[in-house]
Amino acid sequence: MRTAFINQLLEEARHNERVFLLVGDLGYHVIEPFAAEFPDRFMNVGIAEQNMAGVAAGLAMTGYNVYIYSIGNFPTLRCFEQIRNDIAYHKANVKVVSVGAGYAYGSLGATHQATEEIGALRTLPNMVVATPGDPVEARAIATLSANYEGPMYIRLGKAGEKIVHEEEALSLKIGDIVALRKQDGNRTAVLACGNILASAKRQIEEEQLPYDLYSVPFVKPLNKEQLRAIVANYPDGLITIEEHQRSCGMGSAVVEQLNDMFAVGEIANYPKVRRVAIPDEFAEVVGNQEYLRKIEGLNL
Amino acid sequence: MKDINELHKLANRIRGVALTLAHNANESHSGGALSMSDILAVLYSEYIDLDLVKKEAPKRDRVILSKGHCCASFYAILAEVEILDKDELMQNFAKNGTHYFAHVSHTLLGVELSTGSLGHGLPVACGMALGAKKSGLNFKVYCIVGDGEMNEGSNWEAIMFAAQHQLDNLCLIIDKNKMQALGDTKDILCLDPMPEKLAAFGWDVEDIDGNDIEDVISAFECFKKHRSGKPFVMVANTIKGKGVSFMEHNLKFHYSAPKDDELKQALEELA
Repeated sequence: MRTAFINQLLEEARHNERVFLLVGDLGYHVIEPFAAEFPDRFMNVGIAEQNMAGVAAGLAMTGYNVYIYSIGNFPTLRCFEQIRNDIAYHKANVKVVSVGAGYAYGSLGATHQATEEIGALRTLPNMVVATPGDPVEARAIATLSANYEGPMYIRLGKAGEKIVHEEEALSLKIGDIVALRKQDGNRTAVLACGNILASAKRQIEEEQLPYDLYSVPFVKPLNKEQLRAIVANYPDGLITIEEHQRSCGMGSAVVEQLNDMFAVGEIANYPKVRRVAIPDEFAEVVGNQEYLRKIEGLNL
Repeated sequence: MKDINELHKLANRIRGVALTLAHNANESHSGGALSMSDILAVLYSEYIDLDLVKKEAPKRDRVILSKGHCCASFYAILAEVEILDKDELMQNFAKNGTHYFAHVSHTLLGVELSTGSLGHGLPVACGMALGAKKSGLNFKVYCIVGDGEMNEGSNWEAIMFAAQHQLDNLCLIIDKNKMQALGDTKDILCLDPMPEKLAAFGWDVEDIDGNDIEDVISAFECFKKHRSGKPFVMVANTIKGKGVSFMEHNLKFHYSAPKDDELKQALEELA
């Protein structure tokens, strides 16, 4: 997914001179083609994320569309206040890109597990939060972000994620919820975000679960109309699934949105929503992504 | 160039405005607003193209006040050079519903960056200086920080970055008034000898008396001619509360707004 994203960003940079990429001394075997083709619009700023986020804001204020790239918690939580004050508050044209969403770097331990940053970033005004679920969505979001003026967080997986979408190219609008698998008679919809999307699809298919599947490539904003239509079509409710803490991730965002719509009468019935997410704990043992998903109960 | 006496008077005039603002709104941070007033007077009188700032022209030089809590004298100089409207400033500072926040706000003309949390200005200034070079706009960037603020690690990340990338269009001004929120900087996290530290990090350093107009001018002249490939820093040795006898090196005026009689005496001393 990260390679699909960076390669598409390279493609965008070929006809968009404003694209500028900063990396925090990470991206081996991923960022080299961009660095080689656009040395004037690429910089390794070193292991200094607070400075990276501030420099990105300053560069953006001179006209660039600046991407900052690093692993999971480093370009997000480590420099959260710079993202809040310098980027989000100033509506600076900066895209924060993290790789290794959820347990993608599972065996490296809790420091490298990105399991709270959706929650942190989605609280910030002016911030779009994008959570592509496969390489096709990652490419679409690379294109979309290159043409979007303003702050955005883009949460990528690692390498080797399965392609879930059948079409090669996808055109996304901010907030879109994308139907992936529908069958007449299904009374439950699964909403999945990030790189657990493929695993949700596989489970539905292998176990022949009577669920339709939707991808949620944007946790913020959620398209209210699309969400309302989904709720209206599934009398048995929704299941949300994500590789993130339950308290503040995509499922929370869905429940909050539904709650607010119900409160003002925009939906007549409050659906049953089961949230599959990390149950407010750090993984206590070593494990790869598959293993940790299993012990944290991240299945439908 | 204006004569020294006139610049001295301008510096004291903005001190008077800053104290009046703090008094009227019952706001804090007067000491650090006073310590940097001579620097602001020289910078805006002699080195900033005010028309470009008023037009928000892309090639304008940028000034970032990273010690955003000391905004009163910054707003005051912007009003003196007619970037901000002085009457509006006097009426609106820290008043409900206005944009005159008690930490500098980018919603006002002439303010490039809202600050308040310390250690944010210099990294952003580095990004702007880099952008100036990359885009060919080639403007200069001035960033004013406090010496207490130099406790923040983000500043040292940016100090390494600026030297690495030869940002010689960047002028860092450290208002070294030697005090921070709970006491003397040397007793909390001593960064002396600061000029030597910055030189060791690869910066060109001018160690000056930041309350001496002639010294301040000579440092800005150095920067104007400066093309060494190194970023430039003036370590401006100043006095917190400078210009008002009972405010100098007095921690009370990091917090308290001057009362009626204190303001009266201060304005007399500054006249």
